Order: sequence, then structure tokens, then C-alpha cells
Amino acid sequence: MAKYLLLKHYRGAPAAVNDVPMDQWTPEEVTAHMRYMDEFAARLEQTGEFVDGQALSPTGTFVRFDGAGRPPVTDGPFAETKDLIAGWMVIDVDSYERAIELAGELSAAPGAGGEPIHEWLEVRPFLTVPPTITE
Amino acid sequence: MDEALLRSLTPAVIGVLVRRGADFAAAEDAVQDALVEAVRLWPDDPPQDAKGWLVAVAWRKFLDAARAEASRRRREVLVEVEPVPEPVGAVDDTLELYFLCAHPSLSPASAVALTLRAVGGLSTRQIARAYLVPEATMAQRISRAKQTVSGVRLNQPGDVATVLRVLYLVFNEGYSGDVDLAAEAIRLTRQLAVMTRHEEVAGLLALMLLHHARRPARTRADGSLVPLAEQDRGRWDTGMIAEGVQVLQAALARDRLGEFQAQAAIAALHADARTAAETDWVQIVEWYDELVRLTGSPVARLNRAVAVGEADGARAGLAALAGLDPALPRYTAVVAYLHERDGDLVTAARLYARAAREASNLAEAGHLTRQAARLNALLRLSGSRRRPS
Repeated sequence: MAKYLLLKHYRGAPAAVNDVPMDQWTPEEVTAHMRYMDEFAARLEQTGEFVDGQALSPTGTFVRFDGAGRPPVTDGPFAETKDLIAGWMVIDVDSYERAIELAGELSAAPGAGGEPIHEWLEVRPFLTVPPTITE
Repeated sequence: MDEALLRSLTPAVIGVLVRRGADFAAAEDAVQDALVEAVRLWPDDPPQDAKGWLVAVAWRKFLDAARAEASRRRREVLVEVEPVPEPVGAVDDTLELYFLCAHPSLSPASAVALTLRAVGGLSTRQIARAYLVPEATMAQRISRAKQTVSGVRLNQPGDVATVLRVLYLVFNEGYSGDVDLAAEAIRLTRQLAVMTRHEEVAGLLALMLLHHARRPARTRADGSLVPLAEQDRGRWDTGMIAEGVQVLQAALARDRLGEFQAQAAIAALHADARTAAETDWVQIVEWYDELVRLTGSPVARLNRAVAVGEADGARAGLAALAGLDPALPRYTAVVAYLHERDGDLVTAARLYARAAREASNLAEAGHLTRQAARLNALLRLSGSRRRPS
């Protein structure tokens, strides 16, 4: 088993195929989308592949040490290119192929018109302790 | 073995030891040892006075531990100061434990954790689960809190207001994990209300009961929020509402108004209405006036604006927002709601979408997104993006 991070972006990723802002959907479409996400996580819990999932606020702040006595917080000059993460799910699966398969499923969550969003998700393996070496 | 009895006695016994001069952490360890003894011995030989038994055994355990660890000199001093055994009973030392756990030297998060541990008798694992943090993290937080209050002597009455703030924090922490923190906060506040006649304790208890009574109607099966006006009032717990109102009336009768009583009065007026339309908004505005006078809190003024909007119309509600900081949590959602009530759906939809982005929890963000979606769908249907007349 290996752990993978499925990352959902607010922006920074290529546009989704069904790229309509959520507030332009119908309330029923919003509900259907959220149910799909919940059921996806619940199903992975059943298969023993779910580790963690969290949603993040759309706003954040860049912070950097700026020398002693200076305020460390800055919100520019790169605010426009902030690659903000909308949320993540950590899965623990048998293979890379399974991770890709699940990310594909998650990307097919229904959006406007009940059609899949086809949004881009990032799949990244965790760097974990190497397996025991037997020589 | 009656676990609930043991859990309810634990804080009182810790309180006795602390008052006799034991360090908080040492007292807690000693009581844990005594509980182990109780579990072992009570089934065959139940004591007449469970609390007295626990105090006696815990005190002995404490002395044993202190003697074993401390130097000979320290031991002699301790034996010297050992108080004459006194009858355990009438005075409830748990109250002092409440004050200790809410000590001003603790951060709010530490005070909450320590209160749940010492007064609530919850295990570290249970508290960690309720806060969705690893058990080791919570163990550290609690042990640091214990260190902070170690050596604090309670020789003057603590501040009830601080204790109430901690209990209200517990109540508002939500319902994750296997411990229902709202129910736990109510249990602890009930205990506190028995120990002290402070009218704000009654006010907080009433407020919690009135909020908690409406909880079954507040969310749908999928976890989404149901606004007050749309809640199925048949699912409100009428018994709990009646108790809350009774507790509140007794407190109000003593004519020492505080912010929790005022908030409870507002909650009682909501609970009293059989339909949303029957809500007595005029009286609710009056209570918000009291609350603003008592606290000066911007949040109270924001909520007051909503009530004004219901009592005197949306325009009056918007006017009541004057001078408030738009960065206030939920400010945008309130403005959106008042614009919708005023018939300006285009502005309302735009503001709901913005409020959704600003929301600090998923249920609220989802609710506000649906509000925006609902209005946008309406506007598409009417074929107009312009403000209806």
C-alpha cells in the first residue's frame, strides 16, 4: 500500500471542461455534487483506502521571514498567481494505477447541468519510509 | 460498577485534594490510582460513602507518591502539614476545580482541555477525538496546562465569568468525535448551577438548553444547514425548551441581567414561536438592545440588524449596519440576506457567493452557495439580470 495525495485547486490548474462557477448551478446541482463527494469518501472508507480529507478556505496569506523587526506577513506582489489549494484527500492504495483511477472518479463529480465537471486534480505520492531491505 | 457515579465523583475528589494542598497533577494521578482500587474492591465490598472512600484512598495514594519521590526533608514537611482528617461532604470542592481549570493564566484552548479532563472526567483520547487532533498532541496540551496551574493556590474566589466563558466554548465546539461536547457542556453547567447561585450561570444553562433543544431540526440528514425560518418546529425538544425557559425566568426574576441571560431571552422568544411568522421580532430587538448595551459587541450589533430587518423592514436592517466593520464574520451573509428581503436579488446573489467564499465552515459555505445558486436560477428564469421593480 502506498499513500497518495489528491489535490484540488481553486486556481492554477487548467480549466475544467464543465467550467461553471458553483453559484451559477441550481441548488439541486450543488446538493448532488456535495453528495457525490461525501459518498466517494464513504466508499473509500469501506474499501479501507481512505486516510484523510479536508477542505480549505479560498483565502490565505503568504508569509516569509523579512529580517528582524520587520513584519513577516506579505500579501503580494504575487497574489494573482497564488496557487491556492481548495482541499485534499489522502488515500492509501495498492498501486499508482488505483490512485489514478480514483482521482479520475473524483474529477467526474457532477456539476452544472448534472454533467461531470472534468476538473483537473493533482495526484502526488507521499515520500515515505523505504520498505525493509532484505539482503 | 457504576462508571457514571465514578465519573461524577472524580472532580470533587480532585478538588478536595487540591484544597488540602496537593499539586493539581499529583492530585489527579492519586485519584486515578484510587479509581483503580475502587474498580477492584467495590464489586465485593461497596463502601457506604463512595466519595469519602475515594477521598481517603486518593489522599493516601497522594501521600505515598509524595513520600516516595520527595526528599526526606520534604517528606517531613508534608507530614507536618497534613490536615486533621475532616468530614467530607457539605462543601463541594468541585467549584474550586472549575476555577482552577478556567484560570486566567491558561489559554482558552488549554482551559477547555483541562476542564474536560478534570471536571468532566473525560479521557485524553476522548478529548483528542472531539478536537480531531492526535492523542499525543492533546496529552501534551493537557500536561502543559497542568504545569501552568501547578502551584496555583485558590485562596480567593475565582471569576465565575471566566468559568462560564470556558463552558460556552466547550458548548460551541461542535459534535465531532464520540463525545458530544454540547451535551457535556450542559452537564457541567448543570453541576455548576447546583454549586453556585450566580444568575449568569443560570443564564448560560438556559441558553444552552434552548439552543440544544433546536439541534435536531438544524441540519438535514446530509449535514446541510436548515435556516431557522425553515426548521421543522415539531422536531424541537419541547421538554428541554420548557426547562430552559423555567431556568431563565428564575434567573431574570433576580433582576441582575447579564449577557447570557439576554441571549437566552432571545433564544426563548425564538423557541416560543409556533411558526417563524409568529416570532416576536419587536421584543427580540429590545433584547438585542440590552445585549449591545451590556457587551458593546459588534457581533451582537450584527445580529440586532437582522432582527431590525424582520421587525421594521429590510431597509431599516441595512441602516442598522452602519458603522460595523465589513470584515466581521457573517457580515456579508447578513447584507446579502437583507438585500434579498429588500427585493434586490442581483446584489443578494453576488453577496451570497462572496459570503460563501468567506465562510469558515463547510456547512455554512454550502448553505450560502445554495442561496446564491437559488437566486441565480430565479434570475435566469425571469430572464432578467436587472433588479426587479
